[in-house]
Amino acid sequence: MSSRPDPRMPRALRAALSDVLRDGINALRRRESGLPDHTRRNLLRGSLSLGGLSLLSGCQLVDEASVESALMTVSRFNDRAQAALFDRDQLAPTYPESMIARPFPFNAFYGESEAPDLVADDWRMEVGGKVADRGRWTVAALRQLPQAAQITRHICVEGWSAIGQWSGVPLGTFLRRVGADLGAKYVDFQCADGYHTSLDMPTALHPQTLLVLDQDGVPLPRRHGAPLKLRAPTKLGYKNPKHIVALTVTDAYPGGYWEDQGYNWFGGS
Amino acid sequence: MQTHISTAASVGAVAPARVLQPGWVRATHWLNVVAVVPLAMSGWRIYDASPFFDFEIPRAITLGGWLGGAIQWHFAAMWLLVLNGLIWIVGNAVTGRWHERFWPLSPRAVFGDLLAFLRGKLSHDDLAHYNGVQRAAYVGVALDLVLIVLSGLVLWKSVQFPLLRELLGGYEVARRIHFIAMAVLVAFVAIHLVMVALVPRSLRAMTLGR
Repeated sequence: MSSRPDPRMPRALRAALSDVLRDGINALRRRESGLPDHTRRNLLRGSLSLGGLSLLSGCQLVDEASVESALMTVSRFNDRAQAALFDRDQLAPTYPESMIARPFPFNAFYGESEAPDLVADDWRMEVGGKVADRGRWTVAALRQLPQAAQITRHICVEGWSAIGQWSGVPLGTFLRRVGADLGAKYVDFQCADGYHTSLDMPTALHPQTLLVLDQDGVPLPRRHGAPLKLRAPTKLGYKNPKHIVALTVTDAYPGGYWEDQGYNWFGGS
Repeated sequence: MQTHISTAASVGAVAPARVLQPGWVRATHWLNVVAVVPLAMSGWRIYDASPFFDFEIPRAITLGGWLGGAIQWHFAAMWLLVLNGLIWIVGNAVTGRWHERFWPLSPRAVFGDLLAFLRGKLSHDDLAHYNGVQRAAYVGVALDLVLIVLSGLVLWKSVQFPLLRELLGGYEVARRIHFIAMAVLVAFVAIHLVMVALVPRSLRAMTLGR
């Protein structure tokens, strides 16, 4: 095998290639030193989502706003693709009790000590939108409804996962109980910590989607969303809101805290 | 092994008119680059959100800026990788290129050519002919890409594809398979680029066809 450069490769082409390489490496070095620290706290709203691409080109060859809107369009397409793939009879895998992660990891857009400290007896959930029986629900009233339990894997958008045990009222049971319009598109959740997210109706009616009152056999602790959180094992963690204070059935796209910043809305697995 | 055929005459006589890589191969090759580069770079950023090995990927070579942006890139470029890959697989099947370029794929041919390569005796004079090492590498990287797509499908839709999920050992194992298959792909690309630098007319063949 010949290790000499092929003489038929034009000298100019080789020079151009090595120029591009050198520029790219220099751009990388410049960018590395000046790169802001992206923690979950200072997530800029999409302004840097191009990240490495502009450094690949070394200059602003592409208009970032148009790239972002194209990526957003694909993300909306992915919502539809996932809705089409979703089978409401397909259950998330369940696990033996021995596999439960203890302590179960805490994750939120704030620190653990900042989690809302709600008194269960004073707590109410406002139910509204396209439902026959609007009103306020207490923990005691929710405990009167049929309960279900599951040991499933919680998968975070960051990639990690943890197996936990949750029990409470199947959301489908609850929606039927309040006379929700099951043909509506979305169920929206507002939370005491300022978080909010929303589900597609097929996921809301999935048998494993629960309004959780207990985790691992005890009333939901503060760090995991007391007194009521949603558990949907067919969704990523950010679609499992904690400290729920309002539930609304609606046809108007409700978005969500992370979804509005660029996380995929369907967010399912 | 047909790597030692005398070449000066044959290349000189045929090369100018001969298409070494047909248009659809060149198109799918470069579209694959357009898909794989952002997929790898955004994937590194996604890995960094929750690394399972004792290292992080330097942020400067990742794509997406933050996790949400990286995921958007990843889940956009994946469609190109899959559609383009299907075209390549079907194209190879219907044109007979599978058989012509990648066959036979015997261990003997691979090791024989590997030995010839190590002794500096492996010829690249006929770019229309892949030696045993090339055949193994190209088929291997194609299979690696299939594994990347399947393990990625388990990560994206682990509930909807239970059989695939269990075959790949569950969600957490699939994460590692996805990462290691990426590393194999990156290693392939590194060697591939070295070989292109050593045999630059292969770049010309993959770009202009001849």
